[in-house]
Amino acid sequence: MKLERKDIEDLAKLARLDLTEEEKNRYAEQLSVIFEYFEMLGEVDTENIPETCQVTGLLDVTRPDIAYQQDTDKLEKLMACFPERQARLLKVKAVFKKQSN
Amino acid sequence: MNLNELTIVQAQEGLKNKAFSSLELTEACVSQIEKRNPEINAYITVTADLARAEAQKADELIASGKQNTLTGIPFSVKDAICTAGVRSTGSAKILDNYIPPYDATVIKNIRDQGAVLLGKNNCDAFGHGASNENSMYGAVKNPHDMSKVAGGSSGGSAAAVADHQCIFSIAEDTGGSIRYPAALCGIVGLRPSYGRNSRFGIMPMASSLDTVGPMAKSVEDIALLMEIMAGPDPKDATGVQNAVPKYTEELKKDIRRLKVGIPKEYFEVDGMDAETKQIVWSKIESLQKEYDLELVNVSLPHTKYSIPVYYIVVPSEDSSNLGRLDGIRYGARAEGEDLYDVYAKTRGKGFPEEVKRRIMIGTYALSAGYYDAYYRKAQKVRTLIIRDFENVFNSVDVLITPTSPTPAFAIGEKINDPLAMYLADIFVGPAAVSGIPGLSIPAGKTKTGLPVGLQILGPRLKEEKVLNLGYWAEKLKL
Repeated sequence: MKLERKDIEDLAKLARLDLTEEEKNRYAEQLSVIFEYFEMLGEVDTENIPETCQVTGLLDVTRPDIAYQQDTDKLEKLMACFPERQARLLKVKAVFKKQSN
Repeated sequence: MNLNELTIVQAQEGLKNKAFSSLELTEACVSQIEKRNPEINAYITVTADLARAEAQKADELIASGKQNTLTGIPFSVKDAICTAGVRSTGSAKILDNYIPPYDATVIKNIRDQGAVLLGKNNCDAFGHGASNENSMYGAVKNPHDMSKVAGGSSGGSAAAVADHQCIFSIAEDTGGSIRYPAALCGIVGLRPSYGRNSRFGIMPMASSLDTVGPMAKSVEDIALLMEIMAGPDPKDATGVQNAVPKYTEELKKDIRRLKVGIPKEYFEVDGMDAETKQIVWSKIESLQKEYDLELVNVSLPHTKYSIPVYYIVVPSEDSSNLGRLDGIRYGARAEGEDLYDVYAKTRGKGFPEEVKRRIMIGTYALSAGYYDAYYRKAQKVRTLIIRDFENVFNSVDVLITPTSPTPAFAIGEKINDPLAMYLADIFVGPAAVSGIPGLSIPAGKTKTGLPVGLQILGPRLKEEKVLNLGYWAEKLKL
C-alpha cells in the first residue's frame, strides 16, 4: 500500500493536523512501509471468525437516570482550565466566516 | 541502606517501629530526585513541598496510631494519569498547563491510604512508544546505563523506581507500557487484566486495551498495591464487578507441581538476543528445580500477528480518543484565522511526531473503504490471538516468557524507524490485545550490566496466579 503526499494531506485535513512539508514527506514514506507490513494479516483465514471489540463480556452497563449534586469548587477549577473565557463562558473562534459586503 | 531504597513493606515496618519518620523517608526520595533527576529525566513535575506537607501530616497520624496501609510512603505517578491540583501533561505540550481538578480513581484509592505524592513521571506522550523518546520533555535515561533507553511508555516511572527516586509508582499499560520498561530497568511491574482497575482519570489511548497498574521493587509490594487499586468504580463502565482477591495472602501459596507453559513462539523470534534468551532459560530451569514445576511446551500460533493487530487497533482508537484535544476547553490553544485553523495549529504544534503519526494511521485505517481491510480484519485476528491463550490455559496454570527480545537499546537507535520500534512490543502485545494479566520481574543481568526481564502471563482476572509464581521466583537468587 503506497501512500502519496496527496493522501497524507487529505488525512491531515480530516485529522485536523497542521503538518510541515518535511512531516508530510516523512509520513508518506513511513506510513507506506507500515501499511505494507499490515498486509501480513491477509495470510490469516478469518472466515466466520467474530470481531473482538471488547474483552470483558459486559453488556449494557447503565446508571440510574438521576441528577447528581456537583461540586461547585470542581466546576470553578474546570473553568480555570479554559484557554479563553469571558465571565463564566468559554470563548472560541467563530465557526463561520463573516460575509463581506 | 538508604531510606529511599526501601520497599513498601520495609518502609511500613520502619514507620511503624518509629525507626524513621515519613518526613525523613520523603526527604531521602526528594534528595535522590534532586541529585539524579537532572540527568535521568524521570520526572516532569516534582512536588517536593506538597510531599513534605503530606509527610508531616502522615507523621502526625502515625504518632496518634491512626495510619492506613500506605500512610507516609512516597510515590510517583505517570504523567498521563490525572492528579488533583498537580499539572498533568501526558508528556505533550498541548497539555503543558493542564491542572486536573480531580484524581484518577486509582490515585484517589492510593492517596486515601495515605501515600505521599512526589511528582509526575515522564513517559512517551499519551503512552505512545516503547522507548520514552516520544516525550516533548526529553527522553528518559536508563539508570543502569545512561546511553540506553529506559523503555516505554512508562519509562519515567520505571527509572524512578529503579533509581530509588520513589518507593513505588503508578503507571498504565496499553500494549506493554508497564512491563517493557520494568524489564529494561530491572524492576517489577504488573499489567492487570482489562477491567480489573478503574481507568477513570487516565488519559485514554486505546479504550479497548488500556489498563492501569503498579510498578515497584518487589512482587509483594505489587500485590499490596493491587488490593488497594482494584475493584469496581461507578465512573468506569468497563470495570468488572468481581470481588478482589486477597493478593497478599494468595501470593505465598505453595507452587509445587504448578503447570507452567513455555510458548515456543516467544523464544524463536527474529532478532532475539542470545544472552537474553539464555538468562531467561536459566531462570526457568532453576525455578523448575527449586519448586518442582511441571514445564509444558505450548504453542500460541498467532503470536506474530499481534503486532499488526495492535498497531491497527491502537492507532484507530487513539485517533478517536485524541479528538478531544483540540485547544478548545482546556490545554494550550494556538492562534488561528478561524476555528479549523485553531484546531489544526493547536494539534500540529502540541503533539509530538509519534502521536501525529498514530493519528494519521488510525484516521486512515478507519476511513471509508479501508475499515474492512484493516480495522475489522485486525479485530477478527484479535479473536484468534485470544483463543490461542484460552486454549493453552485449559492445560497450564501460567506461562513464562521473556518480557523483551533484547535488553535496553541505545537512545536514538530506533527513533527514525517506527516499525523497528513497534517490533519491540512482540512479547508484551499479545497479552494486551487479549486483556489478560502479565507481570514482569527481573531475571538477571547481561555481562554489560543491563537488566533482563521475565514475564509471567495468566488467565483473565487471575492476577493472583501470576503474582504467586512471581513471588517465589523473586525469592530465588538471580
